[in-house]
Amino acid sequence: MKTILLSGNTALSYAVKQLDVDVISAYPITPQTTMVEKLSEYVANGELNAEFIPVESEHSALSSVLAASAAGARVFTSTSSQGLLLMHEIMFITAGLRLPVVMGIADRAVSAPINIWNDHSDIMAQRDTGWISFFAESAQESYDRTIQAYRIAEDENVHLPVNLNFDGFILTHTYEPVTPIEDELVLKYAPKKRRKLVLDPNNPMTFGGLGSPEYYFEAKYQAIKALENSLKTIIGADKEYAKISGRGYGLYNAYMTEDSDTILVSLGSIGGSIREIVRRMRRNGSKVGSLSLKLFRPFPAKELAEVLSKTKSIVVLDKASSPGAIGGPLFLEIQATLKSFDLNVPVIDIIAGLGGREIGPDDIRLMFNRGLKVASEKKVDRLLDYVGVYL
Amino acid sequence: MPYKTLKDLPLEEYFGPGHRLCQGCGAGIIARLVTKVAGANTIIVNATGCVEVSTTFYPDTAWGVPYIHVAFENSAAAASGIRAAYNAMVRKGIVDKNPNVIVLAGDGGTADIGMQALSGALERGDHILYICYDNEAYMNTGIQRSGATPYGAWTTTSPPGKLSPGQKTTKKDLIGIAVSHGIKYAATATVAYLLDAANKIEKALNTPGATFMHFLSPCTPGWRIDTANSIKVSRLAVQTALWPLYEVVDGEYITTVKVPKRLPVIEYLKAQGRFRHLVNKPEEVAKIQAYADKLAEKFGYGPISP
Repeated sequence: MKTILLSGNTALSYAVKQLDVDVISAYPITPQTTMVEKLSEYVANGELNAEFIPVESEHSALSSVLAASAAGARVFTSTSSQGLLLMHEIMFITAGLRLPVVMGIADRAVSAPINIWNDHSDIMAQRDTGWISFFAESAQESYDRTIQAYRIAEDENVHLPVNLNFDGFILTHTYEPVTPIEDELVLKYAPKKRRKLVLDPNNPMTFGGLGSPEYYFEAKYQAIKALENSLKTIIGADKEYAKISGRGYGLYNAYMTEDSDTILVSLGSIGGSIREIVRRMRRNGSKVGSLSLKLFRPFPAKELAEVLSKTKSIVVLDKASSPGAIGGPLFLEIQATLKSFDLNVPVIDIIAGLGGREIGPDDIRLMFNRGLKVASEKKVDRLLDYVGVYL
Repeated sequence: MPYKTLKDLPLEEYFGPGHRLCQGCGAGIIARLVTKVAGANTIIVNATGCVEVSTTFYPDTAWGVPYIHVAFENSAAAASGIRAAYNAMVRKGIVDKNPNVIVLAGDGGTADIGMQALSGALERGDHILYICYDNEAYMNTGIQRSGATPYGAWTTTSPPGKLSPGQKTTKKDLIGIAVSHGIKYAATATVAYLLDAANKIEKALNTPGATFMHFLSPCTPGWRIDTANSIKVSRLAVQTALWPLYEVVDGEYITTVKVPKRLPVIEYLKAQGRFRHLVNKPEEVAKIQAYADKLAEKFGYGPISP
């Protein structure tokens, strides 16, 4: 198909239109708004045959798409920041009821102070809600992953909600060339099927009943296992998608990691900037590499361990904090991964970019230099540090 | 009025016996009646509360129609989602029939924590019937006061004491709130007047857009009444004008059950343990009587007969 100019927000909307979604429910919040504006427009002019519910809150947005999904509809919602926090309760229930809801998240800082710019505090606070969590680096990737998300969520072996994270403003509002795939191809890749377990008067079923101590654990266990096992479906869906589109993303983007002295691990749109600094520092002989994660839940620990085993030190870039913990959320995952796979690579954490504080080339160089120092000294002086904050 | 006698009610049952609600529980009677009138082509959305915990204890279910419970405060939003799903799926030929979508939520789930989602659904005019079964407190958690607890009632969080008469505020006017959204049909009901209730359910389901019903639902442990007396107490609520039965059609208030000779509120109060502390306090009884008198005047109920 022809390449068109889309922002992250409109790229998602475009995919949702092609996926023939039945019910959309959303509440406006910066920087997600242009996504729902576009979707309302598609519904209003008949380009998308769907119901758009203009709800009174994010809590109701997720509640209504959850129930629409239980009724058998293909659904979509999106939000950001405070709105995502308001959905928190219902996120657990969506996963617990095993409903294939898909949600776009324009990642944004969390109050207070109120701030509309990008970091990952909102999604990290939803870490344990049982959803599959993707991170994108570009509008094209946001578009492609949206299409993959429905195939994964609705897969019989998965039946779990998926959220698609793309950095507020940096991706949501930046227009980039995006090459969509044909409408028919989208629905062939992610076909709509009537699920068996739905709210249907012809086959009455009870959803959301009470799970006593005799049963609750089993239901939870099944949802936990489904999330763990979804990795196989996720990898398969990406490979199939690559066949029809020529684009696949894998679980991570590893750049110059093979012979590196240090690797900077990141999530989201910063990956591209980091790779650019890798290129520049490599020209000066610094053996640095970048590992940009595409999937945060399920956490692909084994796959990452393989990449991380080949370096001498690791720097984790967290765009969120876990106040009072020994490091940020991504750091804790990486450190646990290293320990679990018996890798003795020293690792440090850098928290940066909170509330949209810019992470510039010099900041990234500084992070790499910290890593190189750890690699040469073979010891960690400071486990956690903050870059870009004025003290 | 399709239902003139009890024999007119459908024989089919969609709310099974064997549920775990208390003997004499009003909510069980309401659930049974609502599903009887609505029939098989119905989806029930239930807020967290007594009905949810007592009817869906896995692996059992009391429901013969599709049922979903999501959370406490969002049943109106969930119902909107189901309606939207069916609207879209019927339009696209995925399914052939659009079912009734009915919410069952308690007074906590409606007047308090669920008010925002309810307001949203009513304002949008989504075609759902929202039924509040109002037992006038958080009974499921052990009788705590809600925004629908009547003045003077004892609950565990509105205990009467030297400085307090019990509940210090009067009930929220849920029908007034619902009607202010411009909905086409709203009505009160209670379990002592089943035919009145059945006809209202039927009418609500056949009215386009969002509709709202407010059921007074006796709670035997919460109201401290004998399990045999819930219908009697529910009838006393109507006969004292504390719970007038009416409907609001297109904004017009119409009394559906007329009470030419009213009973004094003391008859209702002394029938329940939750008012035991104030039946001998004439000044408190007088306040409640004045509240009933206002309602009687508004709904054309007759004078108190000695």
